[in-house]
Amino acid sequence: MATTSTIDDGDSGDAAPVNTAALARARRQRILAWVLPIATLAAAVAFWEFWVWYKAIPHFLVPAPSRIWATLMVDGPSLMRSAWFTVRLTFWSLFLAIVGGVLLGALFALSRPIEMSLFPFAVILQVTPIVAIAPLILIYVHNTFAALLVCAWLVAFFPILSNTVVGLRSTDHNLRDLFTLYRATPWQRLRLLLAPSALPYFMAALKIAGGLALIGAVVAEFVAGATGANTGLASRIIESSFRNEIPRMFAALVLVSLLGVAIFLMTSLASKLVLGKWHESEIKRES
Amino acid sequence: MTAPLIRLDRVRKEFGRHVLAVEDMSLTIDRGDFISFLGPSGCGKSTALKMIAGLLPVTAGTIEIAPPEEKVEQDLGFVFQEPTLMPWGTVFDNVWLPLRLAGLSRRAAAERVRAALVEVGLSKFEKSYPRELSGGMKMRVSIARAMVTRPRILLMDEPFAALDEMTRSKLNNDVIRLAHEHKLTVIFVTHSVFEAVYLSNRIAVMAARPGRVVADLTVGAPWPRGEEYRVSPEFSAEAARVSEVLKGTLHGDDIDH
Repeated sequence: MATTSTIDDGDSGDAAPVNTAALARARRQRILAWVLPIATLAAAVAFWEFWVWYKAIPHFLVPAPSRIWATLMVDGPSLMRSAWFTVRLTFWSLFLAIVGGVLLGALFALSRPIEMSLFPFAVILQVTPIVAIAPLILIYVHNTFAALLVCAWLVAFFPILSNTVVGLRSTDHNLRDLFTLYRATPWQRLRLLLAPSALPYFMAALKIAGGLALIGAVVAEFVAGATGANTGLASRIIESSFRNEIPRMFAALVLVSLLGVAIFLMTSLASKLVLGKWHESEIKRES
Repeated sequence: MTAPLIRLDRVRKEFGRHVLAVEDMSLTIDRGDFISFLGPSGCGKSTALKMIAGLLPVTAGTIEIAPPEEKVEQDLGFVFQEPTLMPWGTVFDNVWLPLRLAGLSRRAAAERVRAALVEVGLSKFEKSYPRELSGGMKMRVSIARAMVTRPRILLMDEPFAALDEMTRSKLNNDVIRLAHEHKLTVIFVTHSVFEAVYLSNRIAVMAARPGRVVADLTVGAPWPRGEEYRVSPEFSAEAARVSEVLKGTLHGDDIDH
């Protein structure tokens, strides 16, 4: 874990006297950071369970957590198949959003005329709600997976595009001069200067796009599910609602949430790994 | 010592149609000169430096630099006002950069990078990241990076303006030592009379609107110099003389800063 400290002129780098009280406080903080959210979550679930039992709420209105868990166990295999579909859809769209966003962003950063010509298209695609476009895409694209992929991609790719453009343009101008002075080739300039400068912006976009890819996938599946196609978790939620199987709706919902949390943790971890050593956003300050 | 090392002939720089940053600047700089460009902000001293480095095109006039006797990766070292380090790279990576851009691998460059870090007293910090260093140390990394290609000419653009007085005078001594040991020709841009007098054996005093050289002064004190010069009566007298010249160049509206 990176920590920040300033080494002063002439300092031989001796370890500072260990402050045991501060260390203990830091350890307590670390433990609390895990214990508190888990405890709160557990308490909320316990209260939910208790309330459903206490008020005798029928499970077709609000199922108790234990019932949702039981449903997950029974329907597990079939739900997992749907979950796998949503996972593939989400990650493919995220992957293609990264490829498309970075390539197009690099192109925009290289050429203002290209940016000016193509940016309106990107904006129109971004501001038009995906629910409104999805039915059309489902009509035009026959392969359901491909159609859903297009929808999820449209939602996820814009933040990557715009942040890549900003990131590539945010290079320190003195560093650019330095690269000119030492006659850097365009490739060296891209690899050693532009890419690292853009990286913090890209990682911020990745965190947003990860969540958006899942939202795009779920929304697209909903639209597809409404037309009867059996796809991923979202279409299972629709199907279960048609059949009034509320516990299964919750079970599928739990899986969608878990997937979202997993994506969030993955993108956060990636950001920490890539930027942890040098960028302010990922550096832990000693207090 | 035949032909001058650097010759500026009626160099002119216009920004847009209305801003004349440098007006017909002519100057010859010999090998081993330590010359300061001294003047108020807006006098075109940084612009002149960037044109000499080839980072800005001249609008008119010529800048000639005698070709180096031996081939080096870059004959010019440039130190910016800010340390201008890559925050994502360690101290080693930053000093390696000029050699890396010239195609030297980490291993091939290692010896020279470490030698440059020894010169600025940072050999223990090659694995540190810039954010872990103080302002003065970052500046020393920047100087090591400029020195790593073994240039003949070192261009410095107000490098110590943002540093505290103690660090600044320490770094002044480092620059004198490096310039002396490596027989560098240094062009040092500054707005501090004391810094210019302490460091250089020549001072080009510049005036603003339009930017131009108004006086080419010689600082006679023996060179290289040390702390004893800073407290000597000659230093005070020299500083007073240069201040007078500089004051004569200022327009009424420049006095406020």
